[in-house]
Amino acid sequence: MVNVIEIFFGSILDHNIALAYILGMCPLIAISTNVKNARGMGIAVIFVVTITAMINYPIYLLLKASGTEQLNLLVFIITIAATVQFLEMFLEKFVPKMYNSFGIFLPLITVNCVVLGVSLFMVNREYNFIQTTAFSFGSAVGWMVAIILVAGIREKMKKFSDVPRGLAGRGIVFIILGILSLAFIGFTGLASIQ
Amino acid sequence: MKKLIRMKYTKWFNILRDGLTKNNPIVISVLGICSALAITNRVDNALAMGIGVTFVIMASSATVSLIRNFIPGKVRMVTYMVIISSYVISVQMFLQAFYPNIASALGAYVGLIITNCIVMGRAEAFAVKSPVRYTLIDGFASGLGYTYVLVLVASVRELLAFGTILNYQIMPDAWVNWTVMAIAPGGFFVLGLFIWLIRELSNNFEAQEN
Repeated sequence: MVNVIEIFFGSILDHNIALAYILGMCPLIAISTNVKNARGMGIAVIFVVTITAMINYPIYLLLKASGTEQLNLLVFIITIAATVQFLEMFLEKFVPKMYNSFGIFLPLITVNCVVLGVSLFMVNREYNFIQTTAFSFGSAVGWMVAIILVAGIREKMKKFSDVPRGLAGRGIVFIILGILSLAFIGFTGLASIQ
Repeated sequence: MKKLIRMKYTKWFNILRDGLTKNNPIVISVLGICSALAITNRVDNALAMGIGVTFVIMASSATVSLIRNFIPGKVRMVTYMVIISSYVISVQMFLQAFYPNIASALGAYVGLIITNCIVMGRAEAFAVKSPVRYTLIDGFASGLGYTYVLVLVASVRELLAFGTILNYQIMPDAWVNWTVMAIAPGGFFVLGLFIWLIRELSNNFEAQEN
């Protein structure tokens, strides 16, 4: 149990999936223009990442039992695409309010490397089911923390700062991310995740 | 000379030049950043990643282009995914068989070529409406544009972080390694500054956001 809590907090702070493993950068840079959109994307990512990791774990066990784990990439990506599609249809039918607030974010998630990355890390680190759940939920929350921090900083910078024109737009996001990433190194040693 | 001038106006040449400079996938479109940052702390990793991505883009674009008339519009994304991931699996198996050191250094990031937006982007934006011979050139150009940025970023990071390039000692013995360059923040800073430099040199600025 201690191990599970350690994995959860470790994957939010110490081993943050956006700032330490540099995953999910394309949507992070594209959508972090304001806090509201960033929050919507973050919540959608939490949903999809946790659900797909929990589905991919038993599928990986099946692949392992039949000796075809080389094909895990192919199977994982199809599971992810199918889950996103299914989730979209489910939300549209039963929770239309939530569907409207997610809007365009859900289809974009299929190409978010966080989703596939979490499943691959789960295989590499040989987690069991409960550890996988904690790790995937924690990673997604960590990603949301990162995108909201970046979006907040960008919102303020638009008003108060004078960015060199070569860096304006996406260039400055890299500098912001670098400084945030340095700040998160301060959490090193908080939890051992392996 | 005349032949050279004429070459400037051929479609081949324009596609090649676009991928390298004007539409460079990393610097201008800012795609495929995840792998670009995570593995560029050593030049040999960057080279392996660049060649792998180039192969996947060329092969998957050619395949998509070959069967472009048979893909139903609604399921085209899933079709691309299946095609791309089969090629990525073959790259992964190749690396594990012949270069186990690089395969273990790259780890999960080889598998993440699937979600590299460049591959998907070329399939959707170019391959699905062009004949095979142009997709090969286009894939090669995008891949090369990706590889050279990766190798440049990796050279700066490896030089500062370990004092070496391709494991040959470059810096004098008194050099103190910059540990920050070997980890994530170094990648962010170097790529950010690199984008600044390229945009400043090519006079290609992003419109001010409001």
